[in-house]
Amino acid sequence: MNSLYYQKRLSRNIGDKFFTCLSVICALIATLPLIFLVTYILIKGGSQITPELFNLEPNPPGDDLDAGGINPALVGTLIITSIASIIAIPVGVGGGIYLAEYSKGGAFSRFIRFGVNVLAGVPSIIAGVFIYALIVSTKILFGSMYSGFAGGIALSILMLPTVIKTTDEGLKLVPNDLRYASLGVGASMYTTILKVTIPSAFRSIATGVVLGIARAAGETAPLIFTALFSYYYITGFGDLFYEMGSLAVLIYNFALEPYDAQNKLAWAASFILVLSILSVNIFARILAAFNEKTKRV
Amino acid sequence: MEEKLILFKNRKRFGIEKNIDIIFKNTALVLSSFVAIILLGIILVVFFKSFESFSRYGLKFLVTSEWNPVKDEYGAFTAIYGTLVTSFLSLLITIPLGVGTAIFITEDFVPKVCREIIGSFVELLAAIPSVVLGLWAIFVIEPFLRDFFVFLHSFFGWIPLFSTEPTGRNSLLAILILVVMLLPIVTSIARDSFNQVPKKLRNAAYGIGASRWKTIFSVILPAALSGIMAGVLLALGRAMGETMAVTMIIGNSNAFSWSLLSPGYTISSMLANQFGEADGSQVSSLFYAAFVLMILSLVVNIFAQWLVKKFSLKY
Repeated sequence: MNSLYYQKRLSRNIGDKFFTCLSVICALIATLPLIFLVTYILIKGGSQITPELFNLEPNPPGDDLDAGGINPALVGTLIITSIASIIAIPVGVGGGIYLAEYSKGGAFSRFIRFGVNVLAGVPSIIAGVFIYALIVSTKILFGSMYSGFAGGIALSILMLPTVIKTTDEGLKLVPNDLRYASLGVGASMYTTILKVTIPSAFRSIATGVVLGIARAAGETAPLIFTALFSYYYITGFGDLFYEMGSLAVLIYNFALEPYDAQNKLAWAASFILVLSILSVNIFARILAAFNEKTKRV
Repeated sequence: MEEKLILFKNRKRFGIEKNIDIIFKNTALVLSSFVAIILLGIILVVFFKSFESFSRYGLKFLVTSEWNPVKDEYGAFTAIYGTLVTSFLSLLITIPLGVGTAIFITEDFVPKVCREIIGSFVELLAAIPSVVLGLWAIFVIEPFLRDFFVFLHSFFGWIPLFSTEPTGRNSLLAILILVVMLLPIVTSIARDSFNQVPKKLRNAAYGIGASRWKTIFSVILPAALSGIMAGVLLALGRAMGETMAVTMIIGNSNAFSWSLLSPGYTISSMLANQFGEADGSQVSSLFYAAFVLMILSLVVNIFAQWLVKKFSLKY
């Protein structure tokens, strides 16, 4: 009769309890870093936010008086990320269109898909090394060595696999009925793709691309010897071909400075970087959840 | 009837439209082949740039640890050892932690909302730029753990791994920060693999009287193992290539030491540190090191993909 009831003392029940506790502990440990990190950045970086921060140039380290602002780095990050997006989005979306719409699962498309996965796994610093060898050391860009443009190209290599993957997967989710319907009423292939399949996959592609851009904005390794760093305002188009600062490199450089003022600037920069990246991510998550809900109805 | 035929003829596609169609298709084809071109370009460029150093040092480069730009002697053993040790040890910590978290997220210990929140917390961790993690490690983790490292040294100093006096930045800190970076990768892939295990298997195990954890260990974990393995390999590739956070916290010293409490080096941190101001044969040696790193991560990645392909669609 006893065996019908839950027996606490049974070794299997004790073992079960033990492992449940273990997994709860794992989950708790796993959530701690984000909570600690974000609180610390909010407190330490948030207290540094002043209007001057957005308007001034950073002062070169050396004295502990005033570190200045992060204007050039902020603008630089926007410019470098835009250059990367301008290169990676058309190439990636075009490549994704080929993989999802035209290829018939042959050797070529399998090779490209494999290549996309391999490229996604290439360490980010290797992209920097590659662009250094190809563009910086050869001075191929109008004789300029380190430049914001070279940095943008290096970042675009890192964005490319993400964009192709999301386009490919987004288009694959579009039901074939839509394509048949469009082709059936006499539309050509490119009209079908541009007017039917891309618009219906637009949201998922856009979400993936925006997440890719957010990821690229925080990348540092490909920039440290392609775009380098600059303390001065970006004033015109010509500055694209000179050294350009970015938030990520500013954090790296100033975190390693022995001066407190520069360290504080690094915290302020990471506050802005983390806040914008996290809000993009959370927004994309909410959008994706919302999409799923509307699909079910 | 006649009229209809004429109508049909008139609606033939214009030549120009056909051409646009062909151009569109070929443009897409060319754009998709960019991936292959870039990949081959990276491999070839890094290989040819490292050729000078490769022909001078050969494979000796991999096993000597002298890195002396003055004497023009280069060997990357310290960096290669550092790369392997930090990535494997960090993985060793991450696997149980990540799989445990994934089990917690996929089992029903707590309501679904709580699990989803924890899951997205872990995933958001992946969005934090590594340079910010490095900043955090320098100013928060290192001071926080300093006493712990001293304790570790005084009690376990007889183990070679803890044999040096801790002085600020060291390899162990790099390992810990790598754990934070790998955790989201392992957790999310393990969670996906657990979710793909059919419910039938779980119900069958429960039906013959297995307890929850007996089911997890003998049914669900083996079924999800290949997916988890692939995730672990991807994480390993990421760990080996991870640059910024590691560079900021590992201490960047080329002096070889078995101890984790001494400053170390990894290939990527060596590149980040020296590439900007290197010249002469040092550049070529750095390219050689980059080539080694690339081969390591390529092998791990390709193996991971092979594993995914081989074992997926089992259920």
